[in-house]
Amino acid sequence: MTTTTDTSAGVGAPEAPRSTALAKRPSVTASAANYIDERTSISGLVKELGRKIFPDHWSFMLGEVALYSFIVILLTGTFLTFFFQASQTPVVYDGTYLPLKGINMSAAMNSTLHISFDIRGGLLMRQVHHWAALLFVASIGLHMLRIFFTGAFRKPRELNWMIGFILFILAMAEGFTGYSLPDDLLSGNGLRIIDGLIKGLPIVGTWISYLLFGGEFPGTEIVGRLYTLHILLLPAILVAALGVHLVLLVINKHTQFAGPGKTNDNVVGVPIMPVFAAKAGGFFFIVFGVIMLMASLFTINPIWTYGPYDPSPISAGTQPDWYIGFADGALRLVPSDWGFMIGDYTFSLNIVAPVLVLGLFIVAVAAYPFIEGWITGDKREHHIADRPRNAPTRTAIGAAGVTFYAVLWAAASSDLIATHFLLSIEGVIRTLQITLILGPIVAYQITKRVCLALMKKDREIALHGFESGRIVRLPGGEYIEVHEQLSDYERWRLVSFQDYKPLMIRPNAQGRISTLERARGAMSSWFFEDRISPVTNTELEQAHGAGHGAVETGSADGHEIGTGH
Amino acid sequence: MAQHGDSNTASGTAVKVSRAPESPGTGVVQSDIPQNPGFPPHNPRMTDLDPNKEKRAERQVAILFFLSIIGSIFALAAYIAYPIIPGDFGSIRTNNLLLGLGITLGLLGIGLGAVHWAKQLMREDESVELRHGTRGTPETREKAVEVFELGNAESGFGRRTLIRNSMIGALVLTPVPAIALFRDLAPMADPVKLLQHTMWKKGTRLTHDPTGIPIKASDVTLGSAFHVIPEGLLQRTDMLEQKAKAAVLLMRLLPQDLHVTKGRETWNYNGIIAYSKICTHVGCPVALYEQDTHHLLCPCHQSQFDITHEAKVIFGPARRPLPQLPITVDSEGYLVAQSDFHEPVGPDFWERET
Ligand code: HEM
Ligand code: FES
Repeated sequence: MTTTTDTSAGVGAPEAPRSTALAKRPSVTASAANYIDERTSISGLVKELGRKIFPDHWSFMLGEVALYSFIVILLTGTFLTFFFQASQTPVVYDGTYLPLKGINMSAAMNSTLHISFDIRGGLLMRQVHHWAALLFVASIGLHMLRIFFTGAFRKPRELNWMIGFILFILAMAEGFTGYSLPDDLLSGNGLRIIDGLIKGLPIVGTWISYLLFGGEFPGTEIVGRLYTLHILLLPAILVAALGVHLVLLVINKHTQFAGPGKTNDNVVGVPIMPVFAAKAGGFFFIVFGVIMLMASLFTINPIWTYGPYDPSPISAGTQPDWYIGFADGALRLVPSDWGFMIGDYTFSLNIVAPVLVLGLFIVAVAAYPFIEGWITGDKREHHIADRPRNAPTRTAIGAAGVTFYAVLWAAASSDLIATHFLLSIEGVIRTLQITLILGPIVAYQITKRVCLALMKKDREIALHGFESGRIVRLPGGEYIEVHEQLSDYERWRLVSFQDYKPLMIRPNAQGRISTLERARGAMSSWFFEDRISPVTNTELEQAHGAGHGAVETGSADGHEIGTGH
Repeated sequence: MAQHGDSNTASGTAVKVSRAPESPGTGVVQSDIPQNPGFPPHNPRMTDLDPNKEKRAERQVAILFFLSIIGSIFALAAYIAYPIIPGDFGSIRTNNLLLGLGITLGLLGIGLGAVHWAKQLMREDESVELRHGTRGTPETREKAVEVFELGNAESGFGRRTLIRNSMIGALVLTPVPAIALFRDLAPMADPVKLLQHTMWKKGTRLTHDPTGIPIKASDVTLGSAFHVIPEGLLQRTDMLEQKAKAAVLLMRLLPQDLHVTKGRETWNYNGIIAYSKICTHVGCPVALYEQDTHHLLCPCHQSQFDITHEAKVIFGPARRPLPQLPITVDSEGYLVAQSDFHEPVGPDFWERET
């Protein structure tokens, strides 16, 4: 049955003659390798990992983009540390940028201007650092969406989802702390908002703000403290978590999409040495190059036009970096007068509500694999990535989540939306408030319908082929459109997926049904009530026996392949 | 290469890996499924078939690498040839652009070259590797359990409960002093007290922000608005902290347009009113004044305050009006504060009303 390709055509063929050459006189490489191996037994690692197989798909590169932009961030960030001064000591600007000459500012802002205007390539490094940061968070976000929509978080990868999630949070924290360092007007206003947010937290808020800022806002401590977080603590945790993330990736091996020859028990793709290494290594340089190109052409965060931080001025239409937008939007969507007194104490619901909503949203994201695992009760390992349509409820939940996030994100630009489209700000906010509630529901319904429709279509095509557009007149005079059958390879992609039934709740030994079990049953029917099961072999044979021309179908003995996952 | 050879037999049907049977939960275990057709035949690339194409691809890869070398050299040259000229913003732009483009070429050349190499010249047919269950084999797991049991037996961790529990207690308590150390992140004062007062006192003159020039009542014409700081602010060492609480907006309306509540009749001076500029939402400066509607707008989250109704919130997430600063004029006609604000300014906090 197996039809794997023959291997002889490879480019790796000339290995043999070279190794005989090695036997004569060890090359420099060989002696170096020998030197290292005799001190590290690295050969074992190379043997283990060198030919590991990586499946190929464009969406698998999103995580790589994140990794490579992080490396770019590390390189440029280190360069910046050589010049940046994380201090709020007041100085009078006396640098080369004339419009700010003689202005009071902090040493942090002063040194950032110095990096931008006096250090050759300093501006470039700052812009590379910032663009890479934006790309970093974006690619992590898209990478998470890929994992979610393909179900790649299922056993055995739930823990790696958690670690990836932590990486996402750390990335945003890195971004925020970095954004605050130059101590310009925008970053100071960002900190002001954080300060107000913290102060609004019940009981602990006032003190947390006081301790964090080392006194009253803005104080003279915060930049130095954020700097320690930004270049020491957070990167250390990030690198450690990233390491575990990648080790688990190697242990679990990569998922792959269903396809001919691919099963739940194999990995099909290219080996690390040399193809994957060349592609991934090359891709690193491409990512780096693209970031470098953006930094050479497009200004980002021109702090010299904002000026130093001052609590009094502000410009309209200021925007945080994109990944903070959803939080800012959540603050904006709170209706007026949300809050109350508990005795003498002020409970600021206008702060607590968005914090709670965002917190719940984030916890739901983190916990999703465990929730789905609990609902299905499925303890098998899953290595075949789902096509999103084949998990309609999950995909619909994802679409609802994305919509929710998108509305919050759009809300962060409510003023720009209003001025740009000549709407009233009140109207925009009201609309977004309603969309925040209704949008996810609508997105959920539509997505689920679309998924089911696509599954139905897949089923139809798998069984009866697709309409070829060729019209034929039968001898009896009637016209039919010829249906063209798929090849076995094409069909396999459509028919191999995992199917679930709603849970049948059964009473336990005492004849009772626990509340938990009831909840699980309800969730399960919510998930799997509308289902379209995969095409069976019998159906296929019947469909093809029914006059669509003989299509060779295998016997049913190969079923372990499909049931493996 | 051997691995690839092995995999030929492994890819199709021979995948019955021995594994502990894991519950499928509500997953349907299908028995009647179509058969995995196995790998499709491999289509060789042009470079595999035509030695000329292969040669050409080889040249292309080398050219890309050469371009990278040129890019790096160009970047070096640009670094030297286009220095930053003090005061000339254009020179910074040029330096940034040319240096950046050179490095970009240096990077993209390597990247595209390597990928092209991999795609056109390296073996591209797919290889196969088997997966094994993630859990350790029964023997390994048994050994692992044994290690723990030995550790437990040899130390008496489970048996000697007194030692164990006292150690856990000790471990739990050790970080507590460390937590206490964080108290001195901020000075020994009560933040609540600090938040309740600003620099404004009886008789403090209202001055222009940022110049600090005092404002005469006669300067404030109808419909105008001033950004105001207290006199003496600019001399303070804690200037920013004080400004973050004391910044004020000054406006003049027709006295009959003002809806004044009882007790505040004397807080304005002939229709000149002063309100805290610090938003009661999360503290941005409420800097936008719409003259015709007499609304103040906070640019951060669009809270709006109606100045004719003592800055009450008419839209947005803020929930308290902006505090009013009672003002009057001194003997020379300068605007002065009658007192501090009568309530804390800025964002809400838990102990605000205590
Ligand atoms: C994932 C990690 C990181 C992210 C998302 C990030 C993001 C940022 C951002 C957005 C800025 C503001 C830059 C600007 O002025 O436009 C910044 C500044 C800075 N970052 Fe990072 N960064 C990260 C890691 C690092 C690391 C690891 C280092 C040091 C080794 C570093 C060093 C610096 C320095 C010194 C500054 C201040 C200089 C300046 O503002 O120009 N960063 N960072
Ligand atoms: S800070 Fe003014 S509306 Fe949020």
